[in-house]
Amino acid sequence: MSGDSAIDFTIWQVALAYVFIAVLFVIVRIKKIPRERLVVLSAVRMTLQLIVVGYVLVYVLDNPNPWITLLIILLMLTFATFNVYQRTKPMINFSFKKLIALAMFTGIIVNLTYFMFVVLQLDPWYDPQYFIPMGGMIIGKTMTGVSLGINYLLTGMKDRQEKIEGALMLGASPKVASKSIVNEAFDQAMLPTINAMVGMGIVFLPGMMTGQIIAGQEPITAVKYQISVMLGVAGTVSITVLIFLHLAYKNFFNKREQFILTKRDMKKEDMPVEYD
Amino acid sequence: MFELKDVVVEDVLEIKSLTLEENIISIEGQSGSGKSTILRLLNNLDDPKSGSIEYKGKEIVTIAPQELRKKIVMLPQNPVVFDGTIRDNLLIGLQFSGEEDVSDDRLKEVLSFMSLEKDLDTKASDLSGGEKQRVAIGRILLLDKAEVYLLDEPSSDLDDHTTDQVMKQFLHLAKKNKKQTIMVTHDKKISEKFADEMINMDEYSKSIHKEDDEK
Repeated sequence: MSGDSAIDFTIWQVALAYVFIAVLFVIVRIKKIPRERLVVLSAVRMTLQLIVVGYVLVYVLDNPNPWITLLIILLMLTFATFNVYQRTKPMINFSFKKLIALAMFTGIIVNLTYFMFVVLQLDPWYDPQYFIPMGGMIIGKTMTGVSLGINYLLTGMKDRQEKIEGALMLGASPKVASKSIVNEAFDQAMLPTINAMVGMGIVFLPGMMTGQIIAGQEPITAVKYQISVMLGVAGTVSITVLIFLHLAYKNFFNKREQFILTKRDMKKEDMPVEYD
Repeated sequence: MFELKDVVVEDVLEIKSLTLEENIISIEGQSGSGKSTILRLLNNLDDPKSGSIEYKGKEIVTIAPQELRKKIVMLPQNPVVFDGTIRDNLLIGLQFSGEEDVSDDRLKEVLSFMSLEKDLDTKASDLSGGEKQRVAIGRILLLDKAEVYLLDEPSSDLDDHTTDQVMKQFLHLAKKNKKQTIMVTHDKKISEKFADEMINMDEYSKSIHKEDDEK
């Protein structure tokens, strides 16, 4: 990448951008929306986090090392998994958390391996300039998709218990009884990615492509990267969510294929999910 | 066909011995006496805390759940309608049970048994409570593999006249096809008119006895 053609940005110009936050702060204060603390805190957090990441990336890019690249990807993956736990609205038990981690690690590692080694064919394979930002994009989008899928599955199981049990009563397997919820959860998980693909280039210019163009990259090269990343995201989200859903719906049924949310003698601690 | 021995459901039921072999059995009792619970036990949606439930001499916990529920089908108290049309809702029971789809003529015949003059393409979600209940009853009537029908308040959303027509048809067909019907109902008229045997769950109910003791 030829960073030379990007306009150099002084620290004072960055400081001027904080005017946006100052305006937002004034607005929430006048409107008496109790979010002043959150506005300041999020701006400070973002600033500190990005400064730290910036310096880490400077070091990592200057000292390419396969172990450091892998360690960073692993850290991102771990944080993303914990983020999914936090975004899950009902409380989930440990075995459910294990399923989420299993799906996240398997889905992302398999897809990321294909993406980096077969699609991008980096040389060296661990080139942090590409591996880390692209891996981060795929992990981040997958995290959002999986969170949506989980929340839909959990609320669907609760809201449609009569239908699920109504199907079991006539001899349906747990898989068939929960099929419509699993399918809709998959659909919900994929929707942001599908919408992003549909709107890309017309409704908005994607962030990565914009960044590359600003940094002086040929637009067509930037487009090629963007297309492959979006396809990688779509593939990773779909496979990760599928792995999760395939394993997770079973947690709502016991060995006798009874639906445990309606089972009268189920103990609270044995429930996979604790609803409000 | 069912034999229950020493069945205990915590805070709800305590059945020393109960045999359900008549063709049409009506289960009555006060609310909270465990009427729905016993149907759920027979359909194996719930397990008793202790005791054994046998169907045709075989403990139901030894029968594969799907096989059991294909033979012993249950109609819940609140009629369940699935997405789609009346046709979809009638056929879905066959799909759950792994049976072949049937023709529209057969579906229309079932609707007429249920005194429901509706087009098969009508959206099920547009039906009234009573109409949904009749679709749900029609759905189980189509199931050839079923040997026992467990009906939980099958007439709760129906008026007296429709109840009479629907239950008469249903029980006539059940009897003709040699299928046992065990129904929970609060409607004494249905029990008296159609049932071969009436069981009062208050006798087996722990919660009712507990209330009596407290008085």
